[in-house]
Amino acid sequence: MLYINCPHCGMRSQNEFSYGGDASIKRPELNKEISDNEWNDFVYNRKSLRGKHLELWQHISGCRQWIKVERDTATHEIFRTFKADEEVAS
Amino acid sequence: MQKYSIFSLVKNALSNHEKWDLAWKDPAPKKEYDVVIIGGGGHGLATAYYLAKEHNITNVAIIEKGWIGGGNVGRNTTIIRSNYMHDDNGLFSEFGMNLWRSMSQDLNYNVMFSPRGIINLAHSDAQMNVYARRGNSMRLNGIDAVLLNREQVKEIIPMADFSENVRFPIFGGLMQPSAGTARHDAVAWGYARQADSMGVDIIQNCEVIGFDVSAGKIDGVRTSRGDIKAKKIGLCVAGSTNILAEKLNMKLPIETHLLQACVSEPVKPVLDNVVTFGAGHFYISQSDKGEMVMGGDLDGYNSYAQRGNLPTLQHVLTEGIAMMPFLSKLKMLRTWGGIMDMSMDGSPIIDKTHIEGLYLNCGWCYGGFKATPASGWTFAHTIAQDRVHELNAGYSLNRFNTGYLLDEKGLGTKTWIS
Repeated sequence: MLYINCPHCGMRSQNEFSYGGDASIKRPELNKEISDNEWNDFVYNRKSLRGKHLELWQHISGCRQWIKVERDTATHEIFRTFKADEEVAS
Repeated sequence: MQKYSIFSLVKNALSNHEKWDLAWKDPAPKKEYDVVIIGGGGHGLATAYYLAKEHNITNVAIIEKGWIGGGNVGRNTTIIRSNYMHDDNGLFSEFGMNLWRSMSQDLNYNVMFSPRGIINLAHSDAQMNVYARRGNSMRLNGIDAVLLNREQVKEIIPMADFSENVRFPIFGGLMQPSAGTARHDAVAWGYARQADSMGVDIIQNCEVIGFDVSAGKIDGVRTSRGDIKAKKIGLCVAGSTNILAEKLNMKLPIETHLLQACVSEPVKPVLDNVVTFGAGHFYISQSDKGEMVMGGDLDGYNSYAQRGNLPTLQHVLTEGIAMMPFLSKLKMLRTWGGIMDMSMDGSPIIDKTHIEGLYLNCGWCYGGFKATPASGWTFAHTIAQDRVHELNAGYSLNRFNTGYLLDEKGLGTKTWIS
């Protein structure tokens, strides 16, 4: 069982959360001309890091907020959690 | 190589089974090979075997970080099927079914292929319609498919829950009678033994550290056991694909996720087929030892851990008990996990890359084991001829760029959602 420290609600079990994937992915700017390759990169390509991974989770059975979680994909250790709009220095 | 037969068994019994040849050697890596396959799992071993057998390329090495067959080929639930709707998936998998049927003879190794049939259960009228459509598509591709109504399903699997007041009543199911199971370890060992006998070097405990690429062309691979030059290199590393791609400065439409499976204590024969629950993600069969072999959803977050968490297991087994209530009486014998290379449309990639001489085989999601022979056969062709075969033309890497996705399940890019 993972325990995730929701920045809004405190420590809760993973059963209350749903996963949202890599949080480092940035959508290309609106109104900016981009190539098919850039769009492909945004929609499909992922680094899928082994080790520290910044990712989105949603506290669906709690406050329903999206949050960022810094977690190790090899050990499942969770280091830090952030509000969705917090900038995270890597 | 010594042939396995009743005679060799009797002969070796007389010498207390102390004089069997080693099934494969343990060579040190040479300085140079024509082809290096990275990854000594089912797909890598099969690729090396078909390179030697079909293309007469025997100056080949398989390099494996751990030991052969220690990854997903030893961790799956052994299901073999070709019940796909899309042509690219159906024709590829059915080609593989033919290889499965003759595999034990071909490899001189009993892989215990057991075509016991797979039934996908339907729990609504809408789902029956979807299954009818998929069954028709399968039959157009020459794959056997039978749409079963509730009574027919009840005759085959009477132990499933056919009572009236259940949340997900069984309306019927789609059966592929020729689908089945095989002994997963034997598949790895059979391919390894034959590949070795034809001159392939199987090099274990050999980790890839980096690659040598010059002027857009692959030159070789740097490993924990020294540098190896190679004209061609095939990546066949499933859940570790992204780790090697990073060393090549490639970004791929792959995420590595965790999938669990489990077996119960052995019980007397109760289930002849492979059965899948249609209102969630759960599949079950019974092994020859009597264990109920079960699996289902991914754990749902990126992971390289090869071990899972209990909430997912509980969720999966809840589905199992909803489908077959007697499972609640069984004790769990073992649970384990493996890491899946989840592609962004749920279909695999077997293709060339932008680096000359570097070939890619990944993205097998839940379905890598059954694809072992077809994947090895087509990947060997792609490497040997430096062009894709028509069977794996649909499994191109650039389909994500062109929009020609193979989204069999209609899940889009969130393949971890079920």
